Amino acid sequence: METLIMQIFNGFSVSSILLLAALGLAITFGQMGIINMAHGEFIMIGAYTTYVVQNLFRTYLPKNVFDMYCIAALFLSFLVAALFGTVLEKLIIRHLYGKPAESLLVTWGISLILQQLARSIFGAPNVAVDAPSFLENSLKIGTISFSYKRLFILVIAICCLVGVYVLMYRTKYGRNIRGVMQNRDMAAGLGVNTKQVDSLTFSMGCGLAGLAGAALTWIGAIGPTLGTNYIVDAFMSVVVGGAGSILGTVFGSVFIGLGGTTFEYLTDASLGKVLIFVCVIILLQFKPKGIFAISGRALED
Amino acid sequence: MRKKINSQWTTVLVILIFIFLATAPFYMSMFRVSLFGKYICFAIVAIGLDMIWGYTGILSLGHGVYFGLGAYCMAMYLKLEASGGALPDFMTWSGLSELPAFWKPFANPAFALAMVVVVPVILAIIIGYLTFLNRIKGVYFSILSQALAMILSVLLVGSQGYTGGSNGLTNFSTIFGKSLSAPMTKLVLFYVALAALILIFIPCRFLVKRRIGKIFIAIRDGENRVRFTGYNPAKYKVFVYALSAAIAGIAGALYVTQVGIISPNEVGITPSVEMIIWVAVGGKGTLVGPIIGALGVNAMKTAASENFPEVWSYFIGILFVVVILWLPGGLISLKDLPARIKKKFHKQSEQEDNEEIIPMIEEEQIC
Amino acid sequence: MLENNLNEQANDTILQIEDVSIKFGDFKAISNVSTTVNDHEVRFFIGPNGAGKTTILDAICGKNKISNGKIIYRKEYDVSKLKEHIISDMGIGRKFQAPSVFYGITIEENMEMATARRHSLYATTFLKLSKEKRDYMNYVLEFIGLKDKRFHYPTRLSHGEKQWLEIGMILAAKPRLILLDEPVAGMGRKETEKTADLLREMKKECAIVVVEHDMQFAKDVSDSVTVFHEGKVLDEGTMDSVQNNHDVINVYLGRGGDKNA
Repeated sequence: METLIMQIFNGFSVSSILLLAALGLAITFGQMGIINMAHGEFIMIGAYTTYVVQNLFRTYLPKNVFDMYCIAALFLSFLVAALFGTVLEKLIIRHLYGKPAESLLVTWGISLILQQLARSIFGAPNVAVDAPSFLENSLKIGTISFSYKRLFILVIAICCLVGVYVLMYRTKYGRNIRGVMQNRDMAAGLGVNTKQVDSLTFSMGCGLAGLAGAALTWIGAIGPTLGTNYIVDAFMSVVVGGAGSILGTVFGSVFIGLGGTTFEYLTDASLGKVLIFVCVIILLQFKPKGIFAISGRALED
Repeated sequence: MRKKINSQWTTVLVILIFIFLATAPFYMSMFRVSLFGKYICFAIVAIGLDMIWGYTGILSLGHGVYFGLGAYCMAMYLKLEASGGALPDFMTWSGLSELPAFWKPFANPAFALAMVVVVPVILAIIIGYLTFLNRIKGVYFSILSQALAMILSVLLVGSQGYTGGSNGLTNFSTIFGKSLSAPMTKLVLFYVALAALILIFIPCRFLVKRRIGKIFIAIRDGENRVRFTGYNPAKYKVFVYALSAAIAGIAGALYVTQVGIISPNEVGITPSVEMIIWVAVGGKGTLVGPIIGALGVNAMKTAASENFPEVWSYFIGILFVVVILWLPGGLISLKDLPARIKKKFHKQSEQEDNEEIIPMIEEEQIC
Repeated sequence: MLENNLNEQANDTILQIEDVSIKFGDFKAISNVSTTVNDHEVRFFIGPNGAGKTTILDAICGKNKISNGKIIYRKEYDVSKLKEHIISDMGIGRKFQAPSVFYGITIEENMEMATARRHSLYATTFLKLSKEKRDYMNYVLEFIGLKDKRFHYPTRLSHGEKQWLEIGMILAAKPRLILLDEPVAGMGRKETEKTADLLREMKKECAIVVVEHDMQFAKDVSDSVTVFHEGKVLDEGTMDSVQNNHDVINVYLGRGGDKNA
């Protein structure tokens, strides 16, 4: 019984990380028809930002303030990643709107460049980030222990999810995004500055990836290939859930995360991946556009 | 007319490339010749990829899978030959006591050669049916093909005892009884690869010129419209996808003979996506372009790795960005540059402007 | 309605739409629509935007699924259950609003694709068009006025010429029923007249259903008209009779019918 609960917790933990990684992806793909293969590298940027912040705190600030670095790190990871995203968008991405295949390849090239940049600046080997002391240990309920780090990530993921939901459904800005997502021309006709919406949304997507990267530093080592480890699963979550749908992304992340860890537990790491892939293919037989895909004449291709 | 001129260009280019490669052993060291042998294998994959991507619009980001499957089939045969009846070395290290059942038939070269084509084709047909029949969106297919590549890579790494794990299969000694390190064998293998290149190019060119080739292009341009013209796109997509898988498998098998090793490094996402850049740089939809792209990009990679390994990652990343954004027709399209510049100075009727707007599509009609 | 009865005696019924409803999620786009189209008839579907005209066309050629009712082709085949390429092969040709021809191949190659009746992998690789088919293809090319441009790519055609190429491709397959979606949208006066002539020639071989907004065009070419409103049939008959129906006037024509330049 305890192992079952641990397994489910693990599954949700992986899902929460996937959710953070995939949320930004779902929005950029759903809204702008852009497949951002460099999304993993924005996760990496967030992770390295956290690393740098941690080092700065350690070097320049008194020891008792060290734990606070994680607050700064979370903010800065979001901002730095969003900044990179804005620059990228203005230079390159805006030429690719509505062209998924081209965006896929171009952003792959960008991911190679970013990875090499990380290698040049930080070196190829992995670096470690020390978690703040209040995240050490675990919450013990009976004989089961839930790692505080993973709980913290779960909380961050839920906060982000709520934040994105509120933004999309309760603010004017969110309404603009959804309008552009469903019918670009109509939104433009109603006076929405679609270019600005695209730009800010893309940056937000990258910022969310940065947050995911920050969260990842506390459960493992980080290196230039951090992004590639998560990008495929993140994309699968979006594919399963349906592009542009937040609910879909949640479902997709849970499907891939929980499903993946379950299969891994039942068989082994490699076979587990095969099985979840097979499940995705089967699922797509019935719902080729994802489970919660937004359908409508405007999205006909 | 334009088609005839483009067709002549292609033939000339192909002949030039063939002459260049066929005479290579006379003016290059054996070491470089082997390198070109490797590049030829990549060029073969590129032809197959052009058939599905350049002509039919199927962007596969996981063709390393088929390349790898063909390569591993060949490698299994070579490994068994090298072990001469005993258990292969890596299996002994991994604690296996006897040869796994699925390895046994590969001692027979005819079986191994057949599997080089059969295994990739069967997988391609399965994947093709599961995706194309259900009209899974183009980019979803691309993402799934990536996942496929990652999965095979993970499987290979995880099954050390069966597949050699992350080291792959290597340390071969003979092929069909002839020593692999003997210069004569290497020379013959080089020419075999070159022959394969030509023997695969010709039927592909044939297909492209017939009505089926036009259907591929039509599917790329408007799959829905193809349905309403009475054709079932899924049938053609599965066919051309399986064909490209067979081609990649053959290329993989040849690769192993040239290079002497196959590992998960050649199977995963990164090498698969790199295959796409060869096709894009050369010029997709031309068959000749991808050959040039594969030879050229890999030659540059070798040169860069020898001198500036770090620069290579930047270079190829930038190459991706630049080619896709600003040179979508690849290097082949450069030959039309003078004509296009001339046109820019002749602002006449709207129809000619229309011609400018989608010139790349006309360019792709070269074969 | 009397006119339709006379037609039924003279010509075969090509299409029967029986009590068809189409739903998208909760939205009922088409409610209990029934109508019949006969051979050699030119029927126009008219009505305001969103009335469901294109939706019905989509359902006939297999693009949409219907939630209720039946669509019977040539009194025998229930096409609501079949795939698009099968329906097309059976002789129902569909032309879309935006010209959708294949830009990567020449005009002649477009036509060859459409004319060929054998679609197997073997046939498309090894067989060429028979002389008879090739002659017919040339005839259609001439008919639509693109014979001189056969080796060009469709990118070089004017908007009207692209529409005719698409119509030519449909004709090449020798259909019994042609579905046209706004064939003269974006055309000038001359091109519209030429399209009207095309339709008058075409109806000698088959039945035609046209969705259109150009009322003058409808008046010139149609044998009968079905008026759609909010997914239902409002009225059916000749253009004259329909134009005098008060309900129709209130809903649609009263607001000023569309006329192209």
